[in-house]
Amino acid sequence: MNIPFVRHRLGNGLDVLIHADRNCPIVAVNVWYHVGSKNERPGRTGFAHLFEHLMFEGSEHYDRGYFHPLQEAGALLNGSTNADRTNYWEVVPSNALELALWMESDRMGYLLPALTDAKFENQRDVVLNERRQQYENRPYGLAGMAIVAALYPPDHPYHWLTIGAAEDISAAKIEDAREFFRTYYRPSNASLSIAGDVQPDEALRLAEDHFGGLDAGDPLPPFAVPPPPGRVEETRLVLEDRVELPRLYMAWHSPALFAPGDAELDLVAEVLASGKTSRLYRTLVFEQRLATEVAASQNSREIGSFFQIVATAAPGRTLVELEHAIATEIAAFIQSGPTPIEMERCRAQAEAQFVYRLQTVGGFGGKGDQLNAYNVFLGQPDYFDRDLARYRNASAAALQQAAADCLHPEARVMLSVVPQGRTAVALADAAPAVVA
Amino acid sequence: MPVDRSRLPSPGPPLSFNFPEMRRATLDNGLRIWTIEHHEVPLITCFVLMPVGSSQDPGHQPGLAAITGDLLDEGSGDLDALAVHEALGRIGAHLDTEIGADATLLELTTLEQYAPRALELLSSMVRTPRLDQRDFDRVRELRLNRLVQLRDLPPAVADRVFTQFLYTDHPYGHLPIGTEEALRSLIVSDIVAFHRRLYTPAHATVIAVGDASHDRLAELVAGAFGDWTPAPDADPPLLNVAALAVPPLDGGRVVTVHRPGAAQSELRMGHIGLPRSTPDYHALLVLNMILGGQFVSRINMNLREEKGYTYGARTSFEFRKGPGPFVFQTSVQSDVTADALKEVIGEIEAIRGERPVTAGELELGRAALTRGYPRNFETAEQLGRAAVQLALYGLPDNYFTTFVPRVLSVDEAEVTRVAQDHLDPARLLTVMVGDCEKVAPTLGALDLGELSEVAIA
Repeated sequence: MNIPFVRHRLGNGLDVLIHADRNCPIVAVNVWYHVGSKNERPGRTGFAHLFEHLMFEGSEHYDRGYFHPLQEAGALLNGSTNADRTNYWEVVPSNALELALWMESDRMGYLLPALTDAKFENQRDVVLNERRQQYENRPYGLAGMAIVAALYPPDHPYHWLTIGAAEDISAAKIEDAREFFRTYYRPSNASLSIAGDVQPDEALRLAEDHFGGLDAGDPLPPFAVPPPPGRVEETRLVLEDRVELPRLYMAWHSPALFAPGDAELDLVAEVLASGKTSRLYRTLVFEQRLATEVAASQNSREIGSFFQIVATAAPGRTLVELEHAIATEIAAFIQSGPTPIEMERCRAQAEAQFVYRLQTVGGFGGKGDQLNAYNVFLGQPDYFDRDLARYRNASAAALQQAAADCLHPEARVMLSVVPQGRTAVALADAAPAVVA
Repeated sequence: MPVDRSRLPSPGPPLSFNFPEMRRATLDNGLRIWTIEHHEVPLITCFVLMPVGSSQDPGHQPGLAAITGDLLDEGSGDLDALAVHEALGRIGAHLDTEIGADATLLELTTLEQYAPRALELLSSMVRTPRLDQRDFDRVRELRLNRLVQLRDLPPAVADRVFTQFLYTDHPYGHLPIGTEEALRSLIVSDIVAFHRRLYTPAHATVIAVGDASHDRLAELVAGAFGDWTPAPDADPPLLNVAALAVPPLDGGRVVTVHRPGAAQSELRMGHIGLPRSTPDYHALLVLNMILGGQFVSRINMNLREEKGYTYGARTSFEFRKGPGPFVFQTSVQSDVTADALKEVIGEIEAIRGERPVTAGELELGRAALTRGYPRNFETAEQLGRAAVQLALYGLPDNYFTTFVPRVLSVDEAEVTRVAQDHLDPARLLTVMVGDCEKVAPTLGALDLGELSEVAIA
């Protein structure tokens, strides 16, 4: 299983990856810039994401909004920012490939002449509203901020969420945007994939025509990888929120994306909490009815991940009961490892997920996006089958070891999110969480 | 050769698009089988469409259809609840159950090699769910807890209040999850009876799409569902929602829900719209694209890109068997709530006459619907969902091939006419979930009708 492609690096350093799939008369154009919120500094958070918004406001040679000509050509388009990267994509009818490349290349090369104070201020307001909608006005919406703030020291670039602090967003200046663009938005820090109904030679020629003339710019400043954050002392926090049911978050540092143990912990999360037969669902929700829901995830990121378990208390049940039940299940898993049936199930699920990922050329997680992910993080766009092998080859002993290495009871952050005024229902000895 | 940046490249003429061949068969027991070949990826996606949505809930039992749908995978045939999921998990199958106003839809995706086992499990869930007391108690408790949690979620509160006040006691007047009171009053035999009467082969359409021949797909479905025989008292006529009168519009109305200190106001504004069968369907789609149906629509450009009031704002017509809602929805920072609503009413009024659609907007709206049309049919899941629409709403066989020409035939006059006929700014229901102390006083000046505050139920 793989995503076949051709690769070409342009003279200015831009990687071009082309995957032909003639199933449907559409093409996905996808651009990754290797910049995210981990390139920000304390006090200037939220900037990478705010900048992503500015990329949709027009560029020098077409300054009437990014959406209009593309939607008129039948495109679907979007972008997103996380800690490690920013991506942009269009899915267009195959006769509009040239238009999509024109638009993407114009904003890669010529954004700044079209950037105005009015656009900047408008998008700053939009982002502040995005923050209100997705975080401040949403139940448990600030928990993620409290977790990363506790896991990472203040000068570590994973200490804040990508959305950033409201005061930092409010204080952002247009000059910062110009500087940010000059530093990070350059061909050699980007990867372009074209996936879908194309002739590879023709697509390559179009990519060269549109992107080949863009200025390579100065070399990128080296990213100063911060020292590993070190083991967390058990940290207990409490956050009051407008919620009815208390919820417990547990988080641990874990191996970085693609590092040894990363895939294994993905599978540990699957065995612990994916589906009704998973250990935590079965115990907490199905049998003991302590929780209304439970989830586990290995949150894989470039310079360090975290493993998280989240459970919401059923009415009348306590977070202490949840903590005890979860800790018991983790200890049992570390003691005995997964059963053969669990291994069979989690491998089958992983294998099926890889096949499901081959269904679509575009959008978040489509084939074009995957090629860029492997290229940007590993320099190996052909990594698909080796990625799958990480899951296929993971042994029961390796899952057990990964869990033992990661899920120390004394090295976890535990956050109790409780209804307003009811801090007494938090786990004992919890300090108020700090959320920006 | 470096590209010319003095002008945008223009896309070629619209691409022709053909929906793949769909074959249909009907089994002796009345069950319809539709098959579509799709050989891109070694997967099969199978839908079971039951036209049994929340609008089939008896008036005193809102939530019955949904909890019935929810219980299908909680034990069936020889397998208890955990065993069902163990069996699905071992073949990497993915199951999804959706309960909407008009239908319950099960979707199962599996690797082609496991299709026989997957179909067997799917059939067992639909035909012979155990509906045990213990599983019912547990699932009901989870749904009651979910209702509690939804009270904290402004979009869910707004949808609920909007639905209730818009449709009142019409079958569309409640969300599928139902109400706490109704869920508490249900007993397991209600579920058993509802399932026995309405989950029957004569009501079912099974749509199989994927990496196998039509014959093979049809054999798989027939093998799993062919011996399904309904109970003697099954198949009462379904409630014909399309034939029911909807509550009459009697002027505007504002309903607010207080959320002290809320950072934003969650807004809904609209009225009852039209059924899927309306001859104005295509013109309304074009109208909606221009008004609030895409990023570059009038309302989103106004509220987001000019004013910065919101992360996004949109309108939609939800077309159902009976008249579904037309609704504007957004979430805006609290202090501009009244300003945002005023802008939206202004846009709804303007598109009906004083600022009718322009030739450019018409072209953009039509092109966005037609040029992008093929991407709706890339995956087996998308093809299957398209077929579901055909089956559920009884659309003609050539529906997908006539869509593009029909949209392209819509002109400015038709858009203006449907805006005048089907948008009614004088009779809008407005729902605001936010800080009433701060926001409610500012709403009075808008003349949106009687204002009342309700508690979150």
